[in-house]
Amino acid sequence: MTTKKSKFHIPGLLLAWGTGVVFAAGLVLSGMTQPARVIGFLNVKQWDPTLLFVMGAAVMVTLVAFAVSARQGRTPWFTERFVLPTRTAIDRPLVLGAAIFGVGWGLAGYCPGPALASALVGGIDVLLFLIAMAAGMGLAKWLHRSSGAR
Amino acid sequence: MHPYLQAALGGILIGLASWVLFAGLGRVLGISGIASEALADRSRSSAWRWAFLLGLIGGGALFSAWLGTPMPAARPAWLVMVAGLLVGFGTVLGSGCTSGHGVCGLGRRSVRSLVAVCTFMATGFATVFIATYAMN
Repeated sequence: MTTKKSKFHIPGLLLAWGTGVVFAAGLVLSGMTQPARVIGFLNVKQWDPTLLFVMGAAVMVTLVAFAVSARQGRTPWFTERFVLPTRTAIDRPLVLGAAIFGVGWGLAGYCPGPALASALVGGIDVLLFLIAMAAGMGLAKWLHRSSGAR
Repeated sequence: MHPYLQAALGGILIGLASWVLFAGLGRVLGISGIASEALADRSRSSAWRWAFLLGLIGGGALFSAWLGTPMPAARPAWLVMVAGLLVGFGTVLGSGCTSGHGVCGLGRRSVRSLVAVCTFMATGFATVFIATYAMN
């Protein structure tokens, strides 16, 4: 008997790679890899609504996706089960973390996706951003571990 | 093509990629989670994350070249590094970014994600306001 897990390897990795490529295509086509566009969206005085169209269209697709895919009794194509976040509490780490992220996002106009998608074409700025981002991620994980992890 | 139409088409591709990753591997497409877990978990179970990231980085380069996306204006190194540090730290602490909380979390109708999106939008708007008007 072949389990779904044994099928995971090559097809699953190709699928993950392909979704990365399509995601990148969406980011580049929509202009979200250009930090000026993102900062323009966050600028109340000269508002550029482009990001709203990107996010609105994307969410309309995922509203259908999550309603359809995880219906009772279904499993993913290449793995045993759906892995969904289980936390529901509106707690301090969530709000504080999102607030800190928003400040960094507004400062540079990069969030993690567009920064990675521009890694090879965005010049030295985006490389410095990514190195610092990796350090920030490591720091948050380290603090979480050393605080005795909830 | 009108820029808003192009933006919406890009958004549809982003939504479809999220759909296929979820339907195929059962995973939520959140870039900050994928990137931070890829760095923290070097086991075989993280291979899909590296495959995704390779696609994202390679695809980004390919489509930027194809569409002639302009290179962004250079900014002070300290600014982009402080921003990167805040983005990395904040997304791990807050369990997600624009993709995980924004595109997927709102699609899952998660209240946590809605709170996160409103929060990072608010501080993002405030930061741009201060950086553009108050400091110049």
